[in-house]
Amino acid sequence: MAKYLKQDDLGSWLKELGKTYKVIAPVEEGDAVIFRPLTDERTLRIDRQATQGPKGVLFPACEELVSFKYGKDPEKPEKVTVDIQETVDAEPTLIFGSRPCDARGFDVFDNAFTKCSVKDSYYMARREQAVVVSLACTKTETTCFCNWVGGAPDGKGGSDVLLTPITGGYLVESVTDKGAALLDSPLLSEATGEHTAEAEKLLAAARESLREAPDFKCVPEQLYNLFDNMDFWEKQAAKCLSCGACTYLCPTCHCFNITDEQQGNQGSRIRSWDNCMSRLFTEEASGHNPRPTKAHRLKNRVGHKFCYFPDMHEGHIACVGCGRCIKSCPVALDIREVVTAAKECRLPEEETADD
Amino acid sequence: MLDQLKETIKKALPELDFVMGWGMGFDALHATPLFMYEPEDVDKLVWGPLNIQNLATYLPSLKGKKVGIVVKGCDSRSVAELLQEKLVNRDEVVIFGMACQGTVNLTKVREIVGNTGLVEDVKYENGKLTVTADGQPHEMLLKDVRADKCGYCRFPNAVISDHFVGEERAPQVEEDTFEDLKEFESQSFEERRDFWMKEMDRCLRCYACRNACPLCVCRDHCVAQSRDPHWVSQQDGIRDKFMFQIIHATHMAGRCTNCGECERACPVDIPVLLLKRSFNRAVKNTFAYDAGLDAGATPPLLAFKVNEDNIKEKEW
Repeated sequence: MAKYLKQDDLGSWLKELGKTYKVIAPVEEGDAVIFRPLTDERTLRIDRQATQGPKGVLFPACEELVSFKYGKDPEKPEKVTVDIQETVDAEPTLIFGSRPCDARGFDVFDNAFTKCSVKDSYYMARREQAVVVSLACTKTETTCFCNWVGGAPDGKGGSDVLLTPITGGYLVESVTDKGAALLDSPLLSEATGEHTAEAEKLLAAARESLREAPDFKCVPEQLYNLFDNMDFWEKQAAKCLSCGACTYLCPTCHCFNITDEQQGNQGSRIRSWDNCMSRLFTEEASGHNPRPTKAHRLKNRVGHKFCYFPDMHEGHIACVGCGRCIKSCPVALDIREVVTAAKECRLPEEETADD
Repeated sequence: MLDQLKETIKKALPELDFVMGWGMGFDALHATPLFMYEPEDVDKLVWGPLNIQNLATYLPSLKGKKVGIVVKGCDSRSVAELLQEKLVNRDEVVIFGMACQGTVNLTKVREIVGNTGLVEDVKYENGKLTVTADGQPHEMLLKDVRADKCGYCRFPNAVISDHFVGEERAPQVEEDTFEDLKEFESQSFEERRDFWMKEMDRCLRCYACRNACPLCVCRDHCVAQSRDPHWVSQQDGIRDKFMFQIIHATHMAGRCTNCGECERACPVDIPVLLLKRSFNRAVKNTFAYDAGLDAGATPPLLAFKVNEDNIKEKEW
């Protein structure tokens, strides 16, 4: 089902949806574009890729898992009691203006949080109540490589509705039943053949503008082969600062830390984003750290996305090619170059001879 | 001049593990640190106002290696400060200095170009930058898009170097009068507080500011993330995030060389250099001291004097 929404009616449509959902959209904040609850005071910015994708809407940078309170048993003062309350924070939420790459990030989250034997009830509660309205890309940026990792400027994975900007408005297509329900609005009219033809032409041009996708089939095997080749990883990681900007901006990175934040006799057990670029990420209680250098850590980041995660999830690469890790890296480290170098790296002869 | 720099590096390279400079990044607008191991790597070296990264950041982690580093004026101050604090050994680093013409603030370029993700070509000539994006050329003067720090730069030439290549340049100003800070401070307390609450709200706690800072050397053992003891909350409230910035700024007092890497590295454009500027001014006023100008000096907060020259406690 495809419909047409006039540019002038976008605000009204979002207002209408706002009656049912909390609407989160990319807005201008300082010099950045960040996903925030849409209010009249905020300026919607969908003309360029948001600085950070909407992953925090479903997987917050910090969330309370349980609150706890220590007390004393009045009968037995030497006995300490603990009152624990689970905190599930979920409400009907509409994510508007994500890009197809951002939405595909939720596919990766679904694999990690809902399809394993242990389900993440916090994420699942939010995911079930969320609806994702994405905006197809009619322009691609120098850092975009969604086509390298199975995506496209008009990819539908992870989205419930896909909008394509065309003359005077948007072509609005539902992807899921959840999304179809949003298209009932009287503000939307039936799309004409001209609308769909224009959208297809723009999207074909966008797909065409991307750099040709290299064949990544051999990458997992190459990454395993390079596992102990620290010379390779040290060169690749030489300019890395080992900060976490890439991971926190990544639509697929989902590692976290859990800490107890206690004041007096009460507190919270919180889950907050953590990242594999940080030394403390793998520091063990004994003091031993299996990833002592930034080279070990970059190896893990690339390995997780292009090798270990696909191994565990039917080949699904944990990178959506949004390019933020390249664009916002303080030193412009390019993950495309690292993966390509791994792919093309000829292994020392003595190692291949053992195979 | 670039050719002369390349020649100088090639000559020194056999004695060194590698030399750090800048190469072209993923597009014409983005330079990226270049690690030159072989003479052919040196051919990839670029020089210009897009060489924004301060490579001194890498030096403390390279102890034990003998490396070369190409520096702009402000970068050289970071090297000097690292030498002062004995975080780098003088005989392990060879410094290639050039005169800096100012560096570009990519956020300002974005304001003119619209979407810097669509950049196809960049040309720099006679103080003028031409950025072509989405088929559209945009002309701008470097002075309109340069980093704020370059507007009050006193040290365009490397303050310390083993090889200085090319002509020296005149400084932008003789004295830094902290006009930016004065302007900010002309606002009421409430306005300033609201400003920081709004800016810090979008902080990701990614620590790019910390890791890009050449003088932020605890890094892997940072108080902000230490688990045992658990010094700082891992909450992402505005106060928690601001707390980290205040810790960072305090640790930089008397050591910060105003290179602005903290602010430049921030993926969400939070103007955190302003905090360091405030401490820089306080140190300047109290100790008449600028960090990173003399590799032999001791930073005032790492020294102790019974009677400080500018603190007249006996006269209180």
